Amino acid sequence: MLRRLFALVCLILLGAARDPILVPEVSQHEVQVRQGFTGTELLLYGAILDPQGTRAGRDYDIVVVLKGPTQSITLREKQKHAGIWVNAASARFRSAPSFYAVASSRPLDRIVDPRTAAIYELGLPFLQLSPIGSFQTEEQIRFAAGLVQLMTNQKLYQEDPTGVTVNEQVLYQARIKLPSNVQTGTYTAETFAVSRGSVVASAIARVEVKKRGFERIVAEFAQRSSFIYGLLAVAVSVAMGWIAGRLLTRT
Amino acid sequence: MPDDLRIGAFPAAGEGLGSGRKMNVYLPIANLAVNGLIIVALGGLTGLLSGMFGVGGGFLTTPLLIFYGVPPTVAAASAASQVTGASVSGVFAHSRRGGVDYLMGGVLVAGGVIGTGIGAVLFRLLTALGQIDTVINVLYVVLLGGIGGFMARDSWREIKAQTRGEALPARKRRHHPLVANLPLRWRFYRSGLYISPLAPLLLGMTTGVLTMLMGIGGGFVLVPAMLYILGMSASVVVGTSLFQILFVTMATTMMHALTTKAVDIVLAVLLLLGSVTGAQLGARIALRVRPERLRLVLAIIVLSVALRMALGLTYQPDAIYTVTPL
Repeated sequence: MLRRLFALVCLILLGAARDPILVPEVSQHEVQVRQGFTGTELLLYGAILDPQGTRAGRDYDIVVVLKGPTQSITLREKQKHAGIWVNAASARFRSAPSFYAVASSRPLDRIVDPRTAAIYELGLPFLQLSPIGSFQTEEQIRFAAGLVQLMTNQKLYQEDPTGVTVNEQVLYQARIKLPSNVQTGTYTAETFAVSRGSVVASAIARVEVKKRGFERIVAEFAQRSSFIYGLLAVAVSVAMGWIAGRLLTRT
Repeated sequence: MPDDLRIGAFPAAGEGLGSGRKMNVYLPIANLAVNGLIIVALGGLTGLLSGMFGVGGGFLTTPLLIFYGVPPTVAAASAASQVTGASVSGVFAHSRRGGVDYLMGGVLVAGGVIGTGIGAVLFRLLTALGQIDTVINVLYVVLLGGIGGFMARDSWREIKAQTRGEALPARKRRHHPLVANLPLRWRFYRSGLYISPLAPLLLGMTTGVLTMLMGIGGGFVLVPAMLYILGMSASVVVGTSLFQILFVTMATTMMHALTTKAVDIVLAVLLLLGSVTGAQLGARIALRVRPERLRLVLAIIVLSVALRMALGLTYQPDAIYTVTPL
């Protein structure tokens, strides 16, 4: 038993001896969505430690991926029928990320080959969207491209091929902008160290995006006690209309 | 406007329009930040219209909010509560002058509430089919185009007749023959009618459905229908229509709160701030301008909204794709 454990430890150490260790950190582990929130910028930084202590021994490329909670979606496509544009085709995806930003120290296609990129979901063309139902590859590619285009326009999908700076082969940092229309939930910040086309180390950190204070109360109120929320909305509008009527007709 | 009916038409709403002053407000249900001053101004504009013309102004609020980047469902749901606020003071003013037929109003409201229920079912069905935005747009084009054209023709004739100095022959006030064929008859004293309550009930239902789907008060459908289909006496038309709109938009807000959960109270308050003040100003302007001129202006506004929507349907939209959560 002990011998087996020892062997395991040795294996890990050996493995560790070959591969660098990543120590990632995020400037904010909690993003608070509250009144006046117009989006925020996250700083993803950290260090690459070479176990041999010889830094800058090898050239590492760093890829940083910030990903929001995934959701099941229906994607609809408009086509022109009888002179007007109507939703004519649709596709369903089980795991479309609500937010996806990738930054790298060099353009991704020069760091990894498509196979590796697909395994680690590096880059917008390699998102694992898990289409539901059977449809042809061509169609699937067309819809996936449509989704990426749409989300990129809303700044919810971002790709920055030079967004990561690496200092002295030790410290890396990347800035990623979260727009105000981000979804709340748990975001994952993954860092990959890539050397000679293969991922040699990866590490993960979490960021919580939460509604706080008044915003949270309103959102929860609307979901949980929707009847009272509706009554409140009605009461507010009647009261405001009435008060304005009283105030302004007198003068 | 299918090109605008997508989630977040503008990446960060408020960037494009609010270049000058900014008051960033985060909308907790719509899930985005907007420039509060622009929303208040938008409310003010529609309030002005509602005060001047006695229509709710919802027909402008909903498309403009969508154009600004607010998700369509949230826009429709929150616009309804704005119309409630804008019609409250109008109802009080008219009831003081005896301009509300409560029996007629009550029947219309009953129909309206049933209509919002039907509208909620339709809303859900159309959303599932993915055709809700097309249906909303086509409804806008057809209704606004038809009624706008009708109003424009009417007021233009009146203005021409006046400049020539001749009086238009007084319109014979009579309800539509179809209305006369309905069974059961009630007396509506203030409206001067002895007709079947089914007619206003059906009319109320229609506006209820429209309110739920389009986020409009339905005033601009209701008023002509009351005049030309029911044949109500003109002195109670506006007051009674406001009475119906008040209660139906309240029911719509409740229905949205319960089903779509898309009522954004922060957005509604911003819109209300603008619209209740705008409504008072509009009412004062309305006293100084000749009514037929006013109607012509309204007709032109209504027609241009319809035209914009029609163009939006036929031009290739910027966003071919739209996302809806499963």
